[in-house]
Amino acid sequence: MISLKIDGKEIQVPRGTMLLEACRKAGADLPTLCYDEDLRLAGSCRMCVVEAKGRPNLLAACVMPAENGMDIQTESPDVVEARKVILELLTARHKFDCHVCEKDGECKLQDYCYRYGVKESRFSGEGPHFYKEDPNPFIERDYDKCIMCTRCVRACEEITGADAINLEDRGHHAKISTAFNGILADSTCVFCGQCVMVCPVGALTSKVSAGKGKAAQNKKVLTTCTYCGTGCTLELNVNNDKVVGVTSNRDREYSPVNKGALCVKGRFGWDFIHSPERLTTPLIRENGELRPASWEEALDYAAGKLSGIKEKYGADTLAMFTSARVTNEENYLAQKFMRAAIGTNNVDHCARL
Amino acid sequence: MEEMRILLKYADQINPESAQDYIKVGGYKGLEKARLMEKKALIEEVKKSGLRGRGGAGFNAGMKWSFVPQDAPVKYVVCNLDEGEPGTYKDRIICEKNAHALLEGMAICGAAIGSDQGYIYCRGEYPFIVKLLKNAVQSAKQAGALGNFDIEVRMGAGAYVCGEETALIESIEGHRGEPRFKPPFPGVAGLWGVPTVVNNVETFACLPYILTNGAQWFATIGAAKYPGTKVVTLTGDIVNATYFEVPTNMTLRDVIFKLGGGIKNGKKFKAVQVGGTSGAFIPEENLDTPIDFDSMGTIGAALGSGAVLVLDETRDIVDTVARITKFFEHESCGKCNPCREGTFRMREMVQKVNEGKGTERDLESILLLARVMRRASLCGLGQAAPIPVESTIKHFKYEYMRKLI
Repeated sequence: MISLKIDGKEIQVPRGTMLLEACRKAGADLPTLCYDEDLRLAGSCRMCVVEAKGRPNLLAACVMPAENGMDIQTESPDVVEARKVILELLTARHKFDCHVCEKDGECKLQDYCYRYGVKESRFSGEGPHFYKEDPNPFIERDYDKCIMCTRCVRACEEITGADAINLEDRGHHAKISTAFNGILADSTCVFCGQCVMVCPVGALTSKVSAGKGKAAQNKKVLTTCTYCGTGCTLELNVNNDKVVGVTSNRDREYSPVNKGALCVKGRFGWDFIHSPERLTTPLIRENGELRPASWEEALDYAAGKLSGIKEKYGADTLAMFTSARVTNEENYLAQKFMRAAIGTNNVDHCARL
Repeated sequence: MEEMRILLKYADQINPESAQDYIKVGGYKGLEKARLMEKKALIEEVKKSGLRGRGGAGFNAGMKWSFVPQDAPVKYVVCNLDEGEPGTYKDRIICEKNAHALLEGMAICGAAIGSDQGYIYCRGEYPFIVKLLKNAVQSAKQAGALGNFDIEVRMGAGAYVCGEETALIESIEGHRGEPRFKPPFPGVAGLWGVPTVVNNVETFACLPYILTNGAQWFATIGAAKYPGTKVVTLTGDIVNATYFEVPTNMTLRDVIFKLGGGIKNGKKFKAVQVGGTSGAFIPEENLDTPIDFDSMGTIGAALGSGAVLVLDETRDIVDTVARITKFFEHESCGKCNPCREGTFRMREMVQKVNEGKGTERDLESILLLARVMRRASLCGLGQAAPIPVESTIKHFKYEYMRKLI
């Protein structure tokens, strides 16, 4: 264990602990943009800088190991000055359309500008524009709002393993890009939306949810994805009793299976829920026409047909083909039904989506 | 005060590619001696010589080596020949005149830390040096001079930031030239994650002479705390715009007026920028400072790479600085916020002042931004980029004031 002082408070942490963690342990709330506990460290946004007594430079707390005897100030005038200037630099290139931004109310840049009272930027000249027109149906790429934290790049590489995006160009021309600055569909992107999940601002948002409700106004309902048997946890975003989006909860406690990661179906494939073409009642085909029926009638009808075939042709003329979309328990019941009730081992499974 | 040639003693008298030529003038003796020494004793000897990094940071070379864990199975020696500071060409001169001193120095470092593989990272603008070094390595191998120490020459692609040691390592690995955060330092986790010593060409080239003549001999040359010689490159409005190897206790005034022959065309001196584009501008009253690392520090400047850019009385300081800010805007890698956005806005504001459109408020904003960039940027590029701006506002404020609205 090593001892250090944070904002005048003596604390002890194990050797190798990063300053960020030590500061949080000491009750200091350090702002971070590029830091993400599930991703490799970048140390690039410099928002978490702190002042260490006796050191000329400010230290980025997320990448600086705590040292014995350090005397750290987390909100000294110099630290606040640096954070304000960094925020002003970021806001100078940021497209401010908060009133129509999907991230309004859940945006880290907005939160920190509020916290440090950054109303306008003294750096107000013109700069390059980065908006990327991308015709894919899922992910909006408005890099005029990008703060270059590279969390999307790291999530793509480390969580999904798709390696679809990286940095292109350098200096203030640097931007997030696919190979040859193309569209996502031409890259190795699988549209899982992990990049949208980790984006702290409104640069990457869901096109499917666009305009249906702001993040801060949506009620989030924790549930399990029904697309396959993996059992990923997700949050249905509910606005006015309608599902308007899916986000994920990255807390391992709530999301032990997927830790927030989803696939394209889980994250973007929810718009069928309120589709007018959805089946809402069983249908029975009579004389080539489908007519609505009650569950009781429909089940009796199906059971009668199955019994009839079994009696006339034998149990082995029947087979069950189940789905990966149902749970293990339901699949168990399906095979049990075939073996015990029908009397055949003809059971199979699509094993994939 | 005169030149003192150690590294460049046999300049133009030997073929820089030929190991045999180098051996004839006493070359590879230092390596022989180093190989007979215990690793610890060898590092101790280099420490005792007081040799400090010639790339700009001035860190004690032996001390740097001592951080390398001895028990690591694989270690690398990397030579920084990126030499990206505008106005600096000393590493090119050392290679062109005495390439084998560099190779021998790297092999000595290899013997000290227990590494048998070296890399030379040469800037993309020096293809002829790449060729020269490859031939020199070949010649050394044929002469059996390097023993089991192998050296590979790698070529950069022209990014200034790749002179920063961790960005250089990223570049050798084939990644984007972006600096890594430190710690861990390369001595612990460097090239491909293994312990790596990165030193400048000139630092390595001093080693054969330290080993041959003894640490004590080296420690008595020049300034006590930054001993040895330094190759300086003179550019700008100076009569002898060329290179000199000087003891480190020579004053700037002697470098400029004695060796450099003073200002061109009989004009008066205005300012000198030492250490490359990221260096401070120094006014006349500070010229009697010795060029060594610590003395330069006392006047808010840095010896850096040893580039000496002289400006005469007719030069417009703000215009010069505006060009410098453009350079940094172009060379920022874009990784950290203060540098990526800061170098851009700095150029914008200094240019505005230079065009006569700036106000006192702009000057305040420039100084505020400079302070934050210097203290909060991730690597040396962003930290040093505001130095020319700050130092000229300090010493030549009237030049800025007269351009304000």
